[in-house]
Amino acid sequence: MTAPITVALAGNPNAGKTTLFNALTGARQHVGNYPGVTVEKKEGFHVTPAGITINVVDLPGTYSLTAYSVEEVVARDYLVQERPRVVVNIVDASNLERNLYLTAQFLELGVPMVVALNMMDVAQDRGIAINAGRLAELLGVPVIPIVARSNKGTAELMAAVLALAEGTTAWNPLHLSYGEDLDSVLLAMEKEIAAGGFLTALYPPRWLAVKYLENDSEIRARGIGENPAVAAALAQKVQEVTDHLQKTMETYPEAIIADHRYGYIKSILRQEVVVRTYDADRLYTSDRIDRVVTNRFLGPIIMLAVLFGLYKFTFTYSELPVAWLDGFFGWLRELFGLLLPEGYFKSMLLAGVIDGVGGVLGFVPLIMFMFFGIAILEDSGYLARVAFMMDRIFRMFGLHGSSVMAYIVSGGIAGGCAVPGVMATRTLRSERERLATLLTVSFMNCGAKLPVLALLTGVFFASNQAQVMFLLTLLAWAVALLVAKLYRITILRGESTPFVMELPPYRLPTFRGLMIHTWERTWQYIKKAGTVILAISILLWAMMTFPGLPEREQERIDAQRQELLTGYPAEVVQEATEEGAEEEGLSPAAEELLAQLDGLDRLEAEKALEYSVAGRIGRTLERVSWLAGFDWRTNIALVGGFAAKEIVISTLGTAYSLGEVAPEENLSLAQTLAENPDWNPVMAFALIVFVMFYAPCFVTVVCIARESGSWKWGFFAMGFNTVFAFGLAVLVYQAGMALGLGG
Amino acid sequence: MPRMMLRKMKRGQSGVIAAVKVGGELGRRIRDMGLVPGTRITVQGRAPLYDPVALRVLDSTLTLRNNEADHIEVDVS
Repeated sequence: MTAPITVALAGNPNAGKTTLFNALTGARQHVGNYPGVTVEKKEGFHVTPAGITINVVDLPGTYSLTAYSVEEVVARDYLVQERPRVVVNIVDASNLERNLYLTAQFLELGVPMVVALNMMDVAQDRGIAINAGRLAELLGVPVIPIVARSNKGTAELMAAVLALAEGTTAWNPLHLSYGEDLDSVLLAMEKEIAAGGFLTALYPPRWLAVKYLENDSEIRARGIGENPAVAAALAQKVQEVTDHLQKTMETYPEAIIADHRYGYIKSILRQEVVVRTYDADRLYTSDRIDRVVTNRFLGPIIMLAVLFGLYKFTFTYSELPVAWLDGFFGWLRELFGLLLPEGYFKSMLLAGVIDGVGGVLGFVPLIMFMFFGIAILEDSGYLARVAFMMDRIFRMFGLHGSSVMAYIVSGGIAGGCAVPGVMATRTLRSERERLATLLTVSFMNCGAKLPVLALLTGVFFASNQAQVMFLLTLLAWAVALLVAKLYRITILRGESTPFVMELPPYRLPTFRGLMIHTWERTWQYIKKAGTVILAISILLWAMMTFPGLPEREQERIDAQRQELLTGYPAEVVQEATEEGAEEEGLSPAAEELLAQLDGLDRLEAEKALEYSVAGRIGRTLERVSWLAGFDWRTNIALVGGFAAKEIVISTLGTAYSLGEVAPEENLSLAQTLAENPDWNPVMAFALIVFVMFYAPCFVTVVCIARESGSWKWGFFAMGFNTVFAFGLAVLVYQAGMALGLGG
Repeated sequence: MPRMMLRKMKRGQSGVIAAVKVGGELGRRIRDMGLVPGTRITVQGRAPLYDPVALRVLDSTLTLRNNEADHIEVDVS
């Protein structure tokens, strides 16, 4: 048996590449990453009716084969290094001229190619008739009309692919003419390249020469590594002709090359390939929708409604499955709680493993619903309109119009979640804007911060809690955007990526496409983030548990407990310590004993926490944290909050000897804080500010590391945010106290 | 045909691109999307804050920011 042949799918974004890939491979696909970059690599298998297996690789969608975007470099590196047997170039028949620009570049590279003329139905509706046979003749490659959405023509397409695969494997580069000036210099450069054997193992000589003329940074860097002398000679020639063109025509070689490529395409299309029945300026349905949807007044209103709808959809509909999962893990916790003997193993299994796995899976419904919602917006074409409308505002902060989605999902409307928010930045194509967005989305008030904020505002700003909460949402937006701006003028400095972007025609998303989209992204989260999150969860548990109470302390508490028990008559002790004693009507003496025992248990938990690694960290940090008014108890709670922000509350409860406090039922904690003389509105506000902006929870940190492609950014977010938040908190506390607002 | 900057064109106005005077990444992106001399364009609309602008080009709709449109000269019909 021979190895299956490999076929690469390539084409413009929005040409229907993914639809064709799904139609060909069905569920037999695998998503990974190209080495070293965050660009997704999708592979799958297609089995022909004759039983031949074909390995299909979905290359990233590109408009060109330059070195300007990661996608383009990935696509072309794949072609020259992996040398797929056949390239299927998907071309949007309703937008032929622009799509053929990439086709022309494939022809120049010389890859064995079949053109899949997709969306023939749309073209027909628009009154565009295309003579595929004539086009094939003029391009010199097979052209197969298909409709990927309804799987029409894919069998013929694969037959053409197989037929081509059986033929020669040699590449056959097309030589376009770029006009006198460039052609003569190209010829000279080609000679130089061929004579020096310069990179010719990978690239055709003329293609290399054209890339040099186009000022392709990646090829140039490669050339210098290969042979500096030849590289210098080529660069010299390019410089000469560039200067000449600047002087005589005020233009660039790359502009002339593009003009001639389009000229080549136009000359082909003019030879009876395309016949139009309607006027080219005719309004399409899509344009009519845009008249309303991007209207000056209606547009923003509709957009707000849609974004709010996405938010509601994500967080409302996921509530039920989240509750199921919560219930399931609660049940699991209880089950193991009953089955296992007391001890560190039990504690680790419950607090480390079950809570950790529960934590990972708890996000899954959220992520699924969010990606489903985004897939609808993306596949229908609306997302591009959002970017179009919001760009002016977000550009002021060095971001991109598409950033808005990530912020909203993260809690721009209070109560989101930064984990799906970080993952939503995938829709951003430009690297610097994407990084600036994904590093700042965690500043939003996510659902886990809300109970903390609600508790503190409820205690200290009870008279105008709603206003304060609203103010905090605005504060989150302001800080996120300003920090993004700060990043964009410092560590992520650089020109904004050109916005030149396509507004694809509106299309009804296919259910199958939506499902595949949603599932593969969700699965990636489970697979990639899951393991790390479990490990960190266990680590955090250990930090809050070990080394435990020193023997002396333990003995003291045990002695107290013993003393308490011996102080009561035996039947009262029996009554109070029986299984299920808490529920039944007890005698007053037993109740009193139980309350005292409880108090002792809580004291023990508090002491254990104080002596744990986290407690020691909290104590040590007190030396600095008093600047913001935080004592060691608050510090421990904040360390715990790294696991998940709502844990701040339960840890504060333990630290104040209140036992386990559920985030929603925090009356006792609220009362304790209100009565505690160390707490005042200024300190509470400093704490609010700190909780809002300090290190993202570790699930978010893991996602930041995964999505940015480097742990460097995960650690950066932890470090920067904590220092930044502490600075703000100190500012609030010191200014507030100086103004005498501490009461 | 009067020649004007793309930024100055009004909604619904059409013309043929006369020159694209920018190199580098932006120039490449502009050309990749089919905005080369000789291409016919129509201004389809503008975003609510008048920026970016949406163009009908070669059967598709493109958007670009005003400061990017500043590099493009159009012979208005």
